[in-house]
Amino acid sequence: MPETARAHASGVDAAEPMLRIENLHAWYGESHVLHGVNVDVHPGEVVTLLGRNGAGKSTTLKSIMGIMPRREGSIRIQGEETIARPAHRIARCGVAFCPEDRGIYATLNVAENLELPPPVRPDGLSTDEVLALFPNLQGRLRSAGSKLSGGEQQMLAIGRILRTGARLLLLDEPTEGLAPSIVSQIGDTIRKLKEQGYTILLVEQNVRFAMTVADRYFILDQGRITDAHDKASFEDNFESLMASLGV
Amino acid sequence: MDLFGVPIQALLGQLMLGIVNGSFYAVLSLGLAIIFGVLKIVNFAHGAFFMLGAFVAFMAGSYLGIDYWAALLIAPLVVAGIGMLFEYLFLRRVYGLDPIYGLLLTFSLVLVLEGGFRVAFGSSGQAYATPEALRGAINLGFMILPEYRAFVVAASVTVCLATWYVIERTRLGAYLRAATERSELTGAFGINVPLLVTLTYGAGVGLAAFAGVLAAPIFHVNPSMGSTLVIIVFAVVVIGGLGSIFGAVVTGLGLGIVEGFTRVFYSEFSSTIVFLVMVLVLLVRPAGLFGRTEG
Repeated sequence: MPETARAHASGVDAAEPMLRIENLHAWYGESHVLHGVNVDVHPGEVVTLLGRNGAGKSTTLKSIMGIMPRREGSIRIQGEETIARPAHRIARCGVAFCPEDRGIYATLNVAENLELPPPVRPDGLSTDEVLALFPNLQGRLRSAGSKLSGGEQQMLAIGRILRTGARLLLLDEPTEGLAPSIVSQIGDTIRKLKEQGYTILLVEQNVRFAMTVADRYFILDQGRITDAHDKASFEDNFESLMASLGV
Repeated sequence: MDLFGVPIQALLGQLMLGIVNGSFYAVLSLGLAIIFGVLKIVNFAHGAFFMLGAFVAFMAGSYLGIDYWAALLIAPLVVAGIGMLFEYLFLRRVYGLDPIYGLLLTFSLVLVLEGGFRVAFGSSGQAYATPEALRGAINLGFMILPEYRAFVVAASVTVCLATWYVIERTRLGAYLRAATERSELTGAFGINVPLLVTLTYGAGVGLAAFAGVLAAPIFHVNPSMGSTLVIIVFAVVVIGGLGSIFGAVVTGLGLGIVEGFTRVFYSEFSSTIVFLVMVLVLLVRPAGLFGRTEG
């Protein structure tokens, strides 16, 4: 792995997290929505952010991508500080974002949506490999993005960021509003990606779904991390956590 | 042969002239629509860039001996460069603010440019010779059409089609449409949206300058040549639907023709008809003929 070799050569700790967020603050206009969030995600992990509506989960992902109007603190991706960078340069660090509303462009067809993000790393999937992963999209390449079903849009949104070669994926509620069969297909995809060494930061309301894929959990409340669990401790404290999340 | 008591020759003649005017409206409103789509700025300076295109061609011709054909290529590039500099230094500071700021800023550029050229060249205007190859006329049977006017229509239609092709069929066009629809998300995909915005502004005002060079041999090259035209072009863009590229082109040509016909039947009304159409369209379709309604 050239990355590891470089990390050793430059004397950086080999256990450098894929993503390290320290003391992150973010604002929408006058409203201060994140109050010092700390999260770390290690290579190959699936980490889930849980919390009530408005706790700051999506805001955390948007802050990582640099699309919040104002953010402060530190966000390092593979050791590189990105807090002062514009969004398009953050994407080029090898991080890709699948937004809550899926972000499918209505004025672009499926092929254009899929091929919109420029590759940022050499080992992204080809269009054919994405279509093999999501056969539902086959034969729809010329359809307008707005003509797809919710499930197809979600597959397009995930497939689109796999083409870029980004190894850190931020998925914002990928199962929201989808039929159970599609949810299980998304779950299979996330597990497959994890096997292939992708690092995933997941925001989920569907805790039972999250438990089928996550290695670790952070609980957000009112813009702060209030709790963190690994797989075992999350399962041990399941009842009280569910109560505190209001689900 | 008469139609509604008007000789058909006169009718077809005005139709042709309407198409020539409509070509200018189409190229100008196309640029305005592209700029509005990506920047969400109503580019009040569009007429000034049109005028600048004509003046760059005129100055290149009289000081450097650059002929019309070279000017048709060079002037839009020079004006695009000036536009991009304006966007980079000034315009980008008002994005996300109340639209009135963009309007005032671009309007102030109109005052500066028009005032500057008025000081340098006076208000009366400079003649710009029609290129030699196009000095003839074509006999269409119902009218004698100057070759140059036919060329204006052909060049405008070609430029509109080429612009459409770039926007709808190329990767750059997909970036542009993506940035038009959701600029923030497009940046998060690794696309340099600020650069795309600068290029879009350059392309939009470059189109205006292209129309300006086309207009130079027909109108006198004068500092206010853009202001008179741009008012109608704004009406065209509003009728077509702000930000609709297809709508801008079709409405531009269509309104040129409507104007032409009006000139036959009630010529005093020909400069007002566009605004009457605008009022009627807005009453029925507030988002314009080809505009998408929000929500």
